[in-house]
Amino acid sequence: MLTGHRTWIYNNQPVIISTGTVGGPFEANGNIPDAFDILHDDMWLKQSSFEKAQRTMMEEAAQIAIKNSLIQKEQVKFFISGDLINQITPSNFAAKTLDIPYFGLFSACATSMESLALSAFIINGDGADYILSGTASHNAATEKQFRYPTEYGGQKPPTAQWTVTGAGCALVAKNGEGPRVTSATIGKVVDMGITDAFNMGAAMAPAAVDTIETHLRERNVDPTYYDLIITGDLGHIGREVSMDLLQKKNIDIPEEMYRDCGLTIYREGQPVLSGASGTASSAVGTYGHFLKLIKEQQVNRILVVATGSLHSPLSVQQNDSIPCIAHAVSIESGSDNQ
Amino acid sequence: MIFFWAFVVGGTICVIGQILFDVFKLNPGVTLTIFVIAGAILDGLGLYDPLIDFAGAGASVPITNFGNQLVHGAMQEAEQHGIIGVVTGIFEVTSAGISAAIIFGVIGAIIFKPKG
Repeated sequence: MLTGHRTWIYNNQPVIISTGTVGGPFEANGNIPDAFDILHDDMWLKQSSFEKAQRTMMEEAAQIAIKNSLIQKEQVKFFISGDLINQITPSNFAAKTLDIPYFGLFSACATSMESLALSAFIINGDGADYILSGTASHNAATEKQFRYPTEYGGQKPPTAQWTVTGAGCALVAKNGEGPRVTSATIGKVVDMGITDAFNMGAAMAPAAVDTIETHLRERNVDPTYYDLIITGDLGHIGREVSMDLLQKKNIDIPEEMYRDCGLTIYREGQPVLSGASGTASSAVGTYGHFLKLIKEQQVNRILVVATGSLHSPLSVQQNDSIPCIAHAVSIESGSDNQ
Repeated sequence: MIFFWAFVVGGTICVIGQILFDVFKLNPGVTLTIFVIAGAILDGLGLYDPLIDFAGAGASVPITNFGNQLVHGAMQEAEQHGIIGVVTGIFEVTSAGISAAIIFGVIGAIIFKPKG
C-alpha cells in the first residue's frame, strides 16, 4: 500500500462514479464551457455575498455529483472539502446543508487532490463505501480574502492569476463504473523564499516538481507511463519555471503531455494574466474536463498534481515567504485495469 | 503652458508611484502613505505651494497634496491656538475631501453593487 516514503498505491482502486462541476459567467465564456454541469450568468448566484455564492456552488456541485450517480445522499459516508476563505467557512456551511459527516481540509489550491487522495485512502481501507470529495472558489471572494475587494480596482502585475469562480466535486466509491484512483503522492511543503504574492506560479513550481519527481521515483515509472501529467494552477510562468526545473532533474516530460488546468479553463484573450488559479481550477479542470477525456478514451492514465500556496494575507504582510505544496493523484480508465 | 506642466508634474508623480509598485513591490497602502508623507515633508520645506503655482492641478490632484494640506491646516491653527492647534488643525483644510470621500462612498455603496 505505502510505496516509498509518501506514495500510496490503492490496491482496491476506488472509482470516481460521478462528478459535479459548477462555473460562473467568466468560465462560461472560457475555453471549456462543456466541462461544467451548471454555468451561472451572475457572480452573486442570487446570494447576498460572494462567500454565500461560493457556498451555494459547493452545495450544487455535491448535489449534481450525487444526482449523476445511482446512489442516494444518505449512502454517502463522508464529505471531504476545503477552500480558500477564512476558516474554510463556505465548505463548513455546505457540509451543514448537505448533512453528511465532514472532514474540512486546507491545502489552498492543492485541496482538491488532497481531498481525493484521502477519500481514496479511506475507501481503499474499507473506511467508507461512498465519499464526496470537492472544493469551490469564487473570484471576488478570494480577491477580497487575499488582496483587495475587486471594486477597489487595485493593479495586478502580469505574473498574477485569475481565481476560478466554480466548484468541482467527485463521488468516490468502492465499486462501480468510472475512472479509477490508482495512487497518490502526498506533497511536502517547499519554500524557495519567494515573497511576491502576485507570483504564485513561480512559488508553487518547485513544489510541483518535487511531487512529480517523488511520484515517478516511488512508483518506479517513466513520465510516459501517463498520457497526461496535469498541474493544478501553475499558469504561464509557473509552467515555464517547472519545465526548467524538470529538465535540470533530467525528467523528460514531452511538452504536449504536460498540461495545466490553469491554462485550460480560459481562452486566449480573456484578461486572466498568467492563467487561472483557485481551488476550483484543478477541481473543475480535472473533474469537468480531463475525466471526460478518459471517458471518451482519448487518454487512459493521468497524473493530476494540484499545487497550492499556503500563505495567508497576514503572513504576506509580515514579509514571510510563500510556503507551497503539491499533491499528486493518478487516475486511470477503468477498462484496462479491471 | 500650465496644462503642459500639469501634465508633466502630475505624470511624473504617477510614474514614481508605478515604479514603487512594480520595481520596489510596495503594496498600494504603503505607496499611498509614502506619497502623503512626501507631500507633507515638501510643504514643511516650503516647496509644495510653489509646485502648485507652477503645475496647477498636476500638483494639487495627486495624493501628495493631501499631505501638503494636512501640514497647512496644522500650521494655520498652530498660529492661532498654539500647540493644541496642531492637533485640531490637521483636518481643517482636508475636511471637505475626507467628508466627500465618506459621503460619496456611502451613496455609491447604497446605489451600486460590485460586479465582482
